[in-house]
Amino acid sequence: MLQPEVIQSRRGGFTRRKFIKGVIAAGATASAAGYLFRGSGVLTPMLSAQDAVERLITLNVNGQQRRVDVPKHETLAMTLRYQLGLTGTKLGCDRAECGACTVLLDGVTHYGCSILTHSVAGREVTTIEGLEQDGELHPVQQAVIDEGGFQCAFCAPGFVMSMVGMLDRNPAPTREEAAVLLSGNLCRCGDYDKILNTAMRAAELSRSRA
Amino acid sequence: MAVIRDMIPPFELYQPAGVDDAVRLMDEHGSEGWVLAGGLDTFDWFKDRIKRPAAVIDLGGVEEIRGIAGGTDGGLDIGAMTSLTDVAEHADVQSRYPLLADAAGLVATPQIRNQGTLGGNIVQDTRCWYYRSGWPCYRAGGNICYAATRRSMNREHCIVGADRCVAVNPSDTAPALVALDAEMVVVSTSGERTYPAADFFIGPDIDIERMTVLEPGDLLTRIVLPAPWDGARWYFEKIRDRKSWDFSLVSVASMISVQGGVIQDARIVVNSIAPYPVRMGAVEAAIRGREPSDETGRMAGEIAVEDARALRHNDYKIALTRNLVRRSIRDAA
Repeated sequence: MLQPEVIQSRRGGFTRRKFIKGVIAAGATASAAGYLFRGSGVLTPMLSAQDAVERLITLNVNGQQRRVDVPKHETLAMTLRYQLGLTGTKLGCDRAECGACTVLLDGVTHYGCSILTHSVAGREVTTIEGLEQDGELHPVQQAVIDEGGFQCAFCAPGFVMSMVGMLDRNPAPTREEAAVLLSGNLCRCGDYDKILNTAMRAAELSRSRA
Repeated sequence: MAVIRDMIPPFELYQPAGVDDAVRLMDEHGSEGWVLAGGLDTFDWFKDRIKRPAAVIDLGGVEEIRGIAGGTDGGLDIGAMTSLTDVAEHADVQSRYPLLADAAGLVATPQIRNQGTLGGNIVQDTRCWYYRSGWPCYRAGGNICYAATRRSMNREHCIVGADRCVAVNPSDTAPALVALDAEMVVVSTSGERTYPAADFFIGPDIDIERMTVLEPGDLLTRIVLPAPWDGARWYFEKIRDRKSWDFSLVSVASMISVQGGVIQDARIVVNSIAPYPVRMGAVEAAIRGREPSDETGRMAGEIAVEDARALRHNDYKIALTRNLVRRSIRDAA
């Protein structure tokens, strides 16, 4: 531990004092802005935002370049579902706690609910809609059909994307390894046994196709 | 308290390409700015509308602090933006610092490890759910702790190091880095500073509103690991409710040097029992010169909990700490 007095000097004053100073400064800015830019207060934040990102960005989704106007605070799952119409990606908890929104970024699994769309500009986004190639299902999709892998299947798109990401890293997982690699997805039906059957079948299929 | 959830309030977004630009932006925006790394800690705060920064500084494009390189004197230099997956799977980390590989590999879920960064895991805020729900507690600038009253739900809270606030540090990599005696490199507009990992984490007695020495404008850029002890033995264990997702209830990280059958030196660190990772100095002193046996471990476990005081619902953490410290000495390999 550092000595308390050393830390004190680094703190530069107490929070409440900072808060009061902040309020005074904000009040002064607001009233000055009202005076200078009467009726156009929006100009004030824009002046300080000259280095900020543009709202209009190009996303690479499932191999297509998509121009989208994205609010800066929007998450990828929202953009995919409500701007690009890719509703295969589900929103379960919206808190990185269920895995239903799992998508691939440059081939690696991420929770779409917990990353800003602006953070993925320039990266390859793959959703469940992008798995099928020339009318042929992805081995993982075929395995879902073969094994009847899901009950209600709300979690299925997320699990499928996790399986795709898994097979990319480990083409021949054991059942135990698959369970660990798929541990970022929840199935509320509790259908994990069939889901793992699906994962093992998917591994088999993708090896035989390779 | 009505809280509108899951709608992130608008903010201005900046994507600097380098550390210099990042710290300049952080300096410009001060306490109105928010640094975004992986975002797994961030978005809960935003979606609950408890933290509403005017400017978010996304470090995703700051490539100079992503990746792992050989450090000086046989150590390792890890950029703060390196993902936890990359840390856990890096060949040098696995072979020379298995303690850190284990800790990083046990964080949350595969997806969170793919996106979450080592720096973010280190500086993440506490998970005390009163505080995270926006209650105006000490840590949030108020003058009460809601977790330490007679009726509080405090199963996850601390057994040592409390000072008004009883929240714990939830990080898995923090205790490993303290055990490894890592150095934290911090950059701000006024230059670069380094802290030993043990001094980087602070308790509420030093500042009740922060978990680390970082102040607005400070950016953790690199984590520098010194060469490990020759022939060191390691132990990492994380106890949690579920084997996936959950934060630790108690975790232990130890590095032990054994020569001629007796312990020469040891660093034993327990996390999630205090607002900071706890280095067990008294335990380390007591086990030097003894065999790494179950008997030594048992004695060490008793010493580890001498100062522990349970809240209403967390006395199990005392037993857990006792047993984990014992195992960390007996089973270190």
